Formats: sequence, C-alpha cells, structure tokens
Amino acid sequence: MELFNTAQASQGLNLKKISVKLGGKTVVDSVSIFVEKGEWLSIIGPNGSGKSSILRAVAGLVKATGGFTFEGENLKELPPRMRASIVSIVPQIPVVPPLVKVIDYVLLGRTPYLGRGFQPTNEDINLARSVLSDLDLISVSDRHVTEMSGGERQRVIIARALVQQPKILLLDEPTTALDLGHQQEVLELVDRQRRNLGITILSAFHDLTLASQYGTSMALLVEGRIADFGAPSKIITEETLKNIYGAHVSIQKEGSMISVIPKRQ
Amino acid sequence: MRWNKLTDQHLQEGGSPARLTGKLLTVASLILFVSALLSLVLGPVSIRPDQIFLEILDHFPGVTIDSGLSKVEAAIIWDVRLPRIVLGLLVGGLLAVAGASYQGIFRNPLADPYLLGVAAGAGLGATIAIASGATNGEGMFDALPIAAFIGSAVAVGITLLVGGAVGKSTSTVTLLLAGVAVASLFTAIQTYIQQRESATLRQVYSWILGRLSTSGWDEVIMILPYAVISVTIMLAMRGALDVLAVGEEEALSLGLRPERVRWMVIAAASLAAASAVAVSGLIAFVGIIVPHAVRMVVGASNRLVIPLSLFIGAAFLVLTDLLARTLQSPAELPIGVVTAFFGAPFFLFVLRRRSDGII
Repeated sequence: MELFNTAQASQGLNLKKISVKLGGKTVVDSVSIFVEKGEWLSIIGPNGSGKSSILRAVAGLVKATGGFTFEGENLKELPPRMRASIVSIVPQIPVVPPLVKVIDYVLLGRTPYLGRGFQPTNEDINLARSVLSDLDLISVSDRHVTEMSGGERQRVIIARALVQQPKILLLDEPTTALDLGHQQEVLELVDRQRRNLGITILSAFHDLTLASQYGTSMALLVEGRIADFGAPSKIITEETLKNIYGAHVSIQKEGSMISVIPKRQ
Repeated sequence: MRWNKLTDQHLQEGGSPARLTGKLLTVASLILFVSALLSLVLGPVSIRPDQIFLEILDHFPGVTIDSGLSKVEAAIIWDVRLPRIVLGLLVGGLLAVAGASYQGIFRNPLADPYLLGVAAGAGLGATIAIASGATNGEGMFDALPIAAFIGSAVAVGITLLVGGAVGKSTSTVTLLLAGVAVASLFTAIQTYIQQRESATLRQVYSWILGRLSTSGWDEVIMILPYAVISVTIMLAMRGALDVLAVGEEEALSLGLRPERVRWMVIAAASLAAASAVAVSGLIAFVGIIVPHAVRMVVGASNRLVIPLSLFIGAAFLVLTDLLARTLQSPAELPIGVVTAFFGAPFFLFVLRRRSDGII
C-alpha cells in the first residue's frame, strides 16, 4: 500500500516495509507508515497485533528490517545517543526505581546530551524545571516518583520524555493505568506539547474512542500488517470492530468526534 | 522549539537534583578522619595523642620536631598501626564501593561484592597456597594474597565468559546463575583439598573469617594500584548507573549503551573485591550494609551512593578493626566476626524500620 509520495517522504517520519521478528515469529510484517511532521498517528489493533513492536523498532530497542527515516535522516544508522536526541519513548510499563526524586528522574531525559561523567549542567536542570512547571509538577519535584499517584506518575514519565527534547515522541498505551479524568488530562497535555513544539507523535492505543479523538490520523494493525489507514471516522466502523476485535459496539458521531460504545449482546 | 521561560519562582521551587555537595563531602571526610585518628591513638600500647601528632608532623618535609617517642613507640606508629589503618581504609572503601556498584548493576540492594565468584575463587586460591606450604615462613615471601587474588580473578573470569560472551548483551540473571555455579565448583574443589590436607583446615578457616594483618606496608602497596584503577572506573560510571536504574531497555532509549556500562562496572567492582579479599579474607556485610546506610541518608542516586560509600566503608572498617584488636586485647578477634556481630543486628533494625520496598 503506498500511503505517501516521495515529495512528502522527506518531511516526516517514514517507515518503509519494516519487519520485526521476536523469537522466530514475525510480529510486524512489512509495514509502511508515513507520519507528517507535527502530526499524531494512532495505531490501533487487537492484543498482539504488533503495535508495541512498531514503536520499539522506531526507538531502536528491537532488531528490525526496513527503512526508518525522519526528515531524510536514516535513524537506523544513528548511534543510540544521537537516536535518543531525536526519538523518545513513553514505555507501556516504565521501570520506576525506588528512592529517586522526580527532578532526578526527569533529568534522566537529558542523558543523550550529557558529557562523559553524565553530570547535568545548570541549563539541563533549568530545562527540567521548566518542563516540570509546564506539566504542573513543580511542587512535587522533590518527592519520590514511587510515592506518586498513577496520574502524577504518568505525567512525570511524560516529563522525562519531553525533557529529552525529541522530534518524535512514541507513546505505548499511555493511558492504560489511568482513570478517565487522568486519561484526558494526560492526552490533552501531550497534544498541547505537540502543537507548541511541533513534535511528531506515534502512539499505540487500546481505547478506540481516545485514539480517534486525539490522533490526527489512524492506522489499524492486524496480525502485524496494516489493514487500514486514514481518518478515524473511516476506520472505526461497527463492522470493522466486529470482524477484527470480535466486539459488539455502536458508534456515535458528534461532528468529527467518534465515540465507541460497547454493547452487551 | 519554544520552551517556557523560567521565572525565579520556578528556580527556587524546582527541586534540587542529587549532587555531591561540598557539605556532604566534608561530613564524610570528617567521619573518615575521626575514625582513622581514634584507631591511631587506641591500642594495646598506650601512646599519648599529642605525641603521635608531633611524630607525624615530624615526618612532613621541612619540619623537624621532637615528639618524645621512643624508638619502639615510633615503630608501633609507623610500622604497625598506620599500615593497618591504611589497609583497613582501602579494604573497607573497596568492599563498600564494589557492593554499591554491583547493587547498581543488578538493581538489587542485596547484591554483595562476592556475588560472581570472588569469594569462592579467593578461598580456593588461599587454600592451595596454604596446602602447598607457600605461605608458612616468617619473613618469607607470602604467596597467600597473590594466590587469593588469582583465584578470584579466574572465578569471575569464568563467570563472565559463561554468563555471556563478554561484550554481548545477556540478561543479568544468566550472569548471576553462572556466578552461583562457578562458586559451587570452586568451593567443591576447595573442600576436596581441605579433606586431603586436613592440617590446613585451621589456617584456611582463620583466613576465611577475615583479618587485617599487615607485615609493614607490603599489603597496602600490593593492592594500591588495583584500588586506584577500580575506584576511578566506578566513580566515573556513577552517573551511568543512575541511568541504568530504569532498566537496560529504557537506558538504551535514553542513549546509553547498557552492556558497555555493565561490563566495565562489573570488571572494576570484581577487581576491587578481589584486591580487598586477597589481603583481608572474607569480611562479611560491609559491601551490603554500608551502601544501604548511605542510601537511607542521601537517597538512591549512585552519584552520591558510590563516592560516599567509599568514605563510609573505609571509616566503618577501620572502626570495626579497632574493636577487633582492642575488645579482647592483646588477643585479636577476626574482623569478619565483628562486622557481622554489629552489622547483622543493625541490618535487622533497618529492615524492621523500613519495610516499604526500599531496600
């Protein structure tokens, strides 16, 4: 499926025929995706369809074949440090070390920019503080990350990813552990940062309603292949959800907003 | 990119990152200095502190003062107490820093410096040296520390080779299991030798209990180069260890090459532990308890834990050695017994006070 022309291809994130094998099994099978700079592509698909693997391949965390370019630059050829200054990832289940303060945790995002001794400079610290204040976390910056509630903790992890000053932000199920209010809060915050800073976002979603409301475009992944691509309203239909998720739903549209309502048979 | 401009208010409220401040360093140095001083002044032969001070001042270049000490007393200071104190500082600092480093790499606060076969290797080396009679003579060249050091190096080397070809990425669990297997193998060989040469049992046993015995400055000079190299590497890696605290995959996503850091730190920490064990036997608990105590005070950042463990470990061992040689003076207790005797209850106390998943 050709989703883009070559003129576009130099402007955004361009994944060309990428494949990922895990333990001998192909989990991502020749997927091509293009995300224009500053846009937000939501990847949806049932469990095990390969959403996370695509994100991890873009971040360079799993071996993958195929082309990975951003603004004409080949991501695959970059050493980890350089790649980390372009791509940051909010993992689905982040490792939060005990007894580490919010400010220290967020400063980990500066790792790709630090010198040999990994000592953050005053500029790094100021940047971290400014992101913390943006995310309304400045008053808790001396507390331990492990002491925080789910919503606060997720904001801290996003703060770390933003302090990395990425051009591409990868979100792996960023709202799974959150209640509805915090889900919206976190996604609004990410979207605001995207608009302000022109960050390109690629995210994996379980929640179809949220995926359709926040992404600027959508890809449906089934068994490691792109089954559909385009506007959320085109992809999310009662029929598709029945065939692919085996789910019974009704879909409500309110302007450009889509809501997926599960229905008991 | 547009990032919000900071106001002064942010700068004040924004939390202070973990940094090795002058204040922390001063406190740690003071603790170290007082411990060393106490150790220098107290002993079976009592010597007045002011005389010791003058005696030391006398040895500074360009200073000549009569301390009033007899030749024997001066020799006790220079050839008995000082080398032993310096060796205690080195061994304590090495064990504590090696422990802190292993704990950082394995992300487990109960990892100790003997984890990957250092202890078993040194034990076998020492047993072979004792059984072959290479270590009995007075004034003779003592092969025991060298044999123990080589034993440690071989054991850790095998663990690293088996646990994953050096440089390649393997899980730390594989490495730990390899360490357990290598330790069993070496201990089995050691037991076999002891069975055949039962006359060596007592000597091997006394070595295992740990002892800071010095013959002048020989031991200090022997381990000093390894101490300097290994501590330098571990200090340089302390920031990287903080990144590694979020796991190898996230560390990679932050631009770190985790396997590189892992191998360098493991090599340095094992070298440090092997050097310490070679001259002091198996001193328990220092490598776990000191970094843990430091963490309780300053938090988990390795930027602080690694350098402060060096100071506090050194002070701790010198103080326990002071107890070991004065409690039943003129007889000496094995220092390993003293560290465990005071260390274990302290550890239990800590466990009870903070069972919130921190340790």
